[in-house]
Amino acid sequence: MKVVKGLYYSNDHEWVKVDGDEAYVGIADFAQEHLGDIVYVELPEVDDEFAKEEAFSVVESVKAASDIYLPVSGKVIAVNEALEDEPALLNADPYENWIIKIVLNDKAELDELMTSEDYEKFLAEEE
Amino acid sequence: MLTFKYRFNIVYIKIKRSDKVTAKKTPLYGEHVKLGGNVVDYAGWFLPVQYTGLIPEHEAVRNAAGIFDVSHMGEITVKGKDAVAFVDYLMTNDITKIVDNQIIYTLMCYPDGGVVDDLLVYRYENNYLYLVVNASNTGKDYAWILEHKGDFDVEIENISDSVGEVALQGPFAQKILQKLTDFDLDKIEFFHLQRDISVDGVNCMISRTGYTGEDGFEIYADNEGIVKVWNSVLEAGKEFGILPAGLGCRDTLRFEASLPLYGHEISQEITPLEGGFKYFVKLDKAADFIGKEALNKQWSEGLKRKLAGFELIGRGIAREGMEVQKDGVIIGHVTTGYMSPTLKKTIGNALLASEFTELGTEIEVMVRNKPVKAKVISKKFLKKK
Repeated sequence: MKVVKGLYYSNDHEWVKVDGDEAYVGIADFAQEHLGDIVYVELPEVDDEFAKEEAFSVVESVKAASDIYLPVSGKVIAVNEALEDEPALLNADPYENWIIKIVLNDKAELDELMTSEDYEKFLAEEE
Repeated sequence: MLTFKYRFNIVYIKIKRSDKVTAKKTPLYGEHVKLGGNVVDYAGWFLPVQYTGLIPEHEAVRNAAGIFDVSHMGEITVKGKDAVAFVDYLMTNDITKIVDNQIIYTLMCYPDGGVVDDLLVYRYENNYLYLVVNASNTGKDYAWILEHKGDFDVEIENISDSVGEVALQGPFAQKILQKLTDFDLDKIEFFHLQRDISVDGVNCMISRTGYTGEDGFEIYADNEGIVKVWNSVLEAGKEFGILPAGLGCRDTLRFEASLPLYGHEISQEITPLEGGFKYFVKLDKAADFIGKEALNKQWSEGLKRKLAGFELIGRGIAREGMEVQKDGVIIGHVTTGYMSPTLKKTIGNALLASEFTELGTEIEVMVRNKPVKAKVISKKFLKKK
């Protein structure tokens, strides 16, 4: 299972890549693998605001519709529109293909997430 | 019923900690694990949702072949002088019309016309019928059948635990199975069966039936024999591109082929007439049957709601349970919905107020509380080849 260094991870297998006061958010390799072939991604609108752990997107495989939760609170400043036409990009490379970019409300919230090292341990324990 | 609206961590528990003692293992459980199947608790059985992936498995069945473990299905035998008359009394279809070694699809109804189950009746002989029922309904069906035995001279037995079953489906199904038996499979016509066929040395009962819309066979053997059959078929099918196939594509395949799933298109609340399965309800058959009066009444008064097919025009995926509206008024709900792997479109079935079931009618499916445009199309999604 691929884990990219330098990102923050949630228990629900989302990742956060910090860029100053902003951050990209996506799903981890574990999530795309367990969802299977992704056939639809529902994106939020730019300027939507989400609380920590609120659902901001829905990723659907043939079988399942899964809510994706925002690990930290923030306001959407960009959405990855390429996913609307090609949802399978999330299977191809879940780290390259972010879902949204946000402005972080409170950078201190990042401390509650796992580092890549913690996340690797988390995956190992779960398996 | 399949429920897959989980969060990732729940999926994971289902896969890795699937040690709930209540679920039963089919004789093929060990094979699913060996093949890397994503095993979940389905209707009280540990079964794989998929092995390599739902879409490749779906495509293998449509274009080559797939094999499913369907050992969880229930088998109930009815033997005795009154076997045909008794089963005919329980069923909506005309059981007197089939001959030895023939099979009929039928519904079994409550007095109010709601459905107890849908099933296949295999006629071995006129005094020996073999019913194949849905796994989740086996206990209920068996109790229902026993309860209505009355004065019929029959012996009823639930033999589910001693029967293993696999379904070999797809255009190459016959070529693959023929490699393993001397019996000329051309002699088994659609919805017919043959007993005591040797499949790679295992004594089997074979029927040309299935739940995918493709040609294929369902193969029954004892619990030990079925493991050998499974492995022999996979080996024989290699050159044809066979894949082991899970519950995930079993549902998408049956859905595309307009085959109902109990609890969705038909149920205790949805009569077979509402579901659009009148062909299997012989209101004019000679004998009385349970539900006849209520179904006759429903039919003569006209259906208030009906099952319709639809295609989503707007973006999104319609899922089971979602509301359907017309001009802001609720007119029904989705019974099954998918991004169809074969048609690459979002399609579904919905139970709608009858006045909105005309082909071409524009409707709206409420996808997560937002209306998405859709239109009524024929339920026969899959064009016959």
